[in-house]
Amino acid sequence: MSGDLVFYGFAALAVLAGFVVVFARNVVHAGFALMFTLIGVAGLYALLGADFLAVTQTVVYIGGILVLVLFAVMMTRIPRQEHSRRGLDRMVPAGVFAIGLFALLYKVITGTAWPVSDPGEAIPTTKAIGIELLTNYVFPFEFTSLVLLVAMIGAAILIRERRPEPPAPVAEVAAVDGDPDLGVSE
Amino acid sequence: MTVGLPHFLTVGALLFSLGIFAMMTRRNAVALLMGVELILNGANVNFVAVSRYVDHGVDGHLMALFVIALAAAEAAVGLAIVLAMFRNFGTVHVDTVNRLKG
Repeated sequence: MSGDLVFYGFAALAVLAGFVVVFARNVVHAGFALMFTLIGVAGLYALLGADFLAVTQTVVYIGGILVLVLFAVMMTRIPRQEHSRRGLDRMVPAGVFAIGLFALLYKVITGTAWPVSDPGEAIPTTKAIGIELLTNYVFPFEFTSLVLLVAMIGAAILIRERRPEPPAPVAEVAAVDGDPDLGVSE
Repeated sequence: MTVGLPHFLTVGALLFSLGIFAMMTRRNAVALLMGVELILNGANVNFVAVSRYVDHGVDGHLMALFVIALAAAEAAVGLAIVLAMFRNFGTVHVDTVNRLKG
């Protein structure tokens, strides 16, 4: 029974923080709420016996992706446009669509007779995952490393500093600023 | 009612719907990427829950691992695009970057 309480705790943490991610006007608040969502999901993984995945979620998502997101928020901050306005014209159709989507999914989830069997005791999964990754899943495993390499190179190319061409407008400005006497004498 | 597979799937569906809602309403490109992360997490919860209650193996765990790896790649490229967008347009609002609009 205590497992149920733990489930409801982590699920509430993930979903409530998810609401903050969606509705927070300040992007920094949304980013920090995303951290609590990720922690809640990691707790759900641990509850499901996926110990390796819970740790991976914590390390990769919270330690990597979230820091990246917060850096991006920091580097693209525009004080004047900090609060992005969202009109009702967009909220209403999106809300209707999202609620309808959830209602449909919930109906399917509760209406389906899942072939559930007793999961038994949770055993450590790290060894099984390692064996699977190097036998049955070796091609997707290697391919993922290739994808990560390509993404890394692509990101570096996308954000590299481009040398601007010869500064024609700068010279113009310098000419105007350069002789203040001209303006005074006239 | 004791916690079972439908409970976990409901949490996954909730996270998925929230992510869809965020992607439909947000203007800030970084917040859009946060919506994508919510969607991927919702899908991952489903993978792991079904792996635990139906399959009893680690196939679902491996699928979730690949999703996490691809999410990392997606975040790197997506945030690089956001930074390039900010440098070229001075904004991160996706509806103001419409130079290709006829």
